[in-house]
Amino acid sequence: MVEPDLKPTDNHIAKGPPVPKLGFKGGIHPTDHKAATRSAPAVRMPMPARLFVPVSQHLGAPCQPLVSRGDLVQRGQTIADVDAMVSAPVHSPVAGEVISVNLRRLLSGSTALVVEILPDEHQDWDSWMLVPESDDAIAMVRAAGVVGLGGAAFPTTVKLTPPRDMPIHTLILNGCECEPFLTCDHRVMLESPDRVVAGARIIADIVGAERIVIGVEDNKVDAADALRAHAGSDVEIFVVPTSYPQGAEKQLIYAVLGKEVPHGKLPAATGALVQNVGTALAVADAVQLRKPLMERIVTVSGSVVTPANLIVCLGTPLRDLVAAAGGFGPDVGRVIAGGPMTGTGVADLGMPVVKGTSGLIALTTSQTAPCVNGDQACIRCGRCSDACPMFLQPFAIGIYANIASWDGAEHFHALDCIECGSCSFVCPSRRPLVQLIRLAKHRLMERGAKL
Amino acid sequence: MSKKLQDRIISTDVELPATTLASSPHVVADQNVSHIMLWVVGALAPTAIWAVINMGAVALVLLFACIASTLSTEWLWNRFARKPQTLKDGSALLTGLLLALALPPRTPWWIAVVAGIVAIALAKMLFGGLGWNLFNPALVGRAFVTISWAGVLAEQKVPGGWFRGIEVAASGKYDAVSGATRLAVAATDRAASGAYDFSLRDQWMPLLTRNLEGSLGEVSAGLLILGGLLLIFKGIIDWRIPVGYIGTVALLSWAFGSDPVFNVLAGGVLLGAFFMATDYVTSPMTRTGRLIFGCGCGLINVVGRFFGPSPESTTWAILFMNGLVPLIDRSLIPRTFGWKGRKRA
Ligand code: SF4
Ligand code: SF4
Repeated sequence: MVEPDLKPTDNHIAKGPPVPKLGFKGGIHPTDHKAATRSAPAVRMPMPARLFVPVSQHLGAPCQPLVSRGDLVQRGQTIADVDAMVSAPVHSPVAGEVISVNLRRLLSGSTALVVEILPDEHQDWDSWMLVPESDDAIAMVRAAGVVGLGGAAFPTTVKLTPPRDMPIHTLILNGCECEPFLTCDHRVMLESPDRVVAGARIIADIVGAERIVIGVEDNKVDAADALRAHAGSDVEIFVVPTSYPQGAEKQLIYAVLGKEVPHGKLPAATGALVQNVGTALAVADAVQLRKPLMERIVTVSGSVVTPANLIVCLGTPLRDLVAAAGGFGPDVGRVIAGGPMTGTGVADLGMPVVKGTSGLIALTTSQTAPCVNGDQACIRCGRCSDACPMFLQPFAIGIYANIASWDGAEHFHALDCIECGSCSFVCPSRRPLVQLIRLAKHRLMERGAKL
Repeated sequence: MSKKLQDRIISTDVELPATTLASSPHVVADQNVSHIMLWVVGALAPTAIWAVINMGAVALVLLFACIASTLSTEWLWNRFARKPQTLKDGSALLTGLLLALALPPRTPWWIAVVAGIVAIALAKMLFGGLGWNLFNPALVGRAFVTISWAGVLAEQKVPGGWFRGIEVAASGKYDAVSGATRLAVAATDRAASGAYDFSLRDQWMPLLTRNLEGSLGEVSAGLLILGGLLLIFKGIIDWRIPVGYIGTVALLSWAFGSDPVFNVLAGGVLLGAFFMATDYVTSPMTRTGRLIFGCGCGLINVVGRFFGPSPESTTWAILFMNGLVPLIDRSLIPRTFGWKGRKRA
């Protein structure tokens, strides 16, 4: 008897098993504006004249600089670190000379020490100071300074060591990229699907997850196909409906597992660990190539001359990104670091790109003008609560926040808000709902409430 | 090894344009309050035009009186309350239009003006303006004049001819053209024979296409349905309210032994279900709440029609349910994601 060939063929994998089209309840469908950069391959941008590398680019304990003025640094050399659990070291993306170490204001609004580097004329992009070899993959991920690249910049090592009482059974890679304009994750999945899958396997191995799922929105089926070609039988590709905020951690877990992260608990309580696809790539680079995290893909789009996906050295001033995209187009009304739904307004183009910077978007005045609120009352249309992925009633929290009744805001579960901005987006009265809710959360936490 | 001389980027000429700063989100949906109001006005426009074509100048005068009254009342109120003008949100325009469509065509213009003043001043601005009112302004305006000038408004038959109505309204001789709505006729028949029957089928077509007995909005049930479907399709109104409302009316009238189709098409049910009960401000915020609200309106409407003093009970049904909205909303607060129930922390 001939043994049937059970090895799955590429063809079989490409079709894949039928995957349920799940999603989450609520959400919105903003115009995605991704066409401008969707098919633009990631290219390395020209060398900046100076890099301004902040010593802290993550959430958690700030690093201390390890270099000082006049030092020569190598590409990949650790230039800042600290001996703390919730932290990640910082590396020089170029060979060059340290010009200064000074305090500067960053995109996050905080002030931090910034290492100013004058890059050498000659740069060898294909080599770097290797991350120390170790049997412990977590140690290598830490040494490579990997943080979540989806935007939050939370040190990855922390997520790779979940509490003992919360075993992880499913690793979910987040390839949703639901923010309008951004295409950096899309390019990562298209250009390095093998590396993303490799990173996923390393992470799953570290946390002991039996199941690996990569969630991709159905506006990126080409990325899903690319991943499937490398996925093998151990990695499932979930194509989820395109809806904002599908890429939010809790909503993605719900779409994949059908489980809600209980109030006040870590996502790990559902047995799931969510990592961005870019982070998975960085983990694979750290462990297999011993390459530290010192550059990333940034989508530069909106009203710029040539929208692009750029490979950017961390520490590059935003001004240089705009120049690399040919300069601003007409009618720029606001410049955003990150996506337009959750990104930060840029007040100074001298601020540097950090690990969490996924995009630089120039919005036109006609795009931002409608956001200006005319102080109109809620007309009780219910759209905000229909859109809220946390099933909150944002209008109610907004009304209580307006009259500074923080108890009322808490009563309507303001603390469960994930600040996705969907409510403000849909409100026909243009009420600043998420902004009011943020204020309420802030006040509640000041008086001791826990998230 | 690919050592290469890098082109340095020269970016000193890139300056941040004069930009605004604000916290996220930095983009919003296209539809604002004025768009929504204008969509509803647009959905009602064919009905209003059809009414003018068929009922004559008297309908035009009524539309003009109502809209001018609501707009100027709101303008004056804001003026004297030293508040920013709000006419451009379109809600006063819509209230005026709805009010006109809910009044019988030969309503004297001054009654229409009073209705408009009451609708805006009493039912809306006194409560704090758009968004804060408990009751549907147009219906409050209608209810006020219906009670105050019951005799004047009771006779609803429209006179023939373009200018006949104006003459009648001016002469004050309302009984000259007395007539009764189809609903009233049906009710009288029912009183006479002791029961409704299903012989009202021949009324369907006139009610759907061209009906001169009743208020302006009753001129064509077909146009109202088309307008309502447009709003549902555009996502402006929630289907749950009209479906709950109309479904309940049909089901209950059938249960009471009357023709369900006739009962949906006749009277104010369609205008109420698609355009009055769906007013955001005075209807519930949750989907379940809206379904309950719609069904409640239908229930009261039918009960009022069959057992109340007058078959025209739509106004009262919706106003009553408006009053229950805070209760409905408070008892249907949704469960938060990640919570087991509504247990408060
Ligand atoms: S309340 Fe919070 S979670 Fe809900 S839509 Fe608004 S920002 Fe998103
Ligand atoms: S979306 Fe705006 S107008 Fe509508 S209910 Fe929410 S807060 Fe009120």
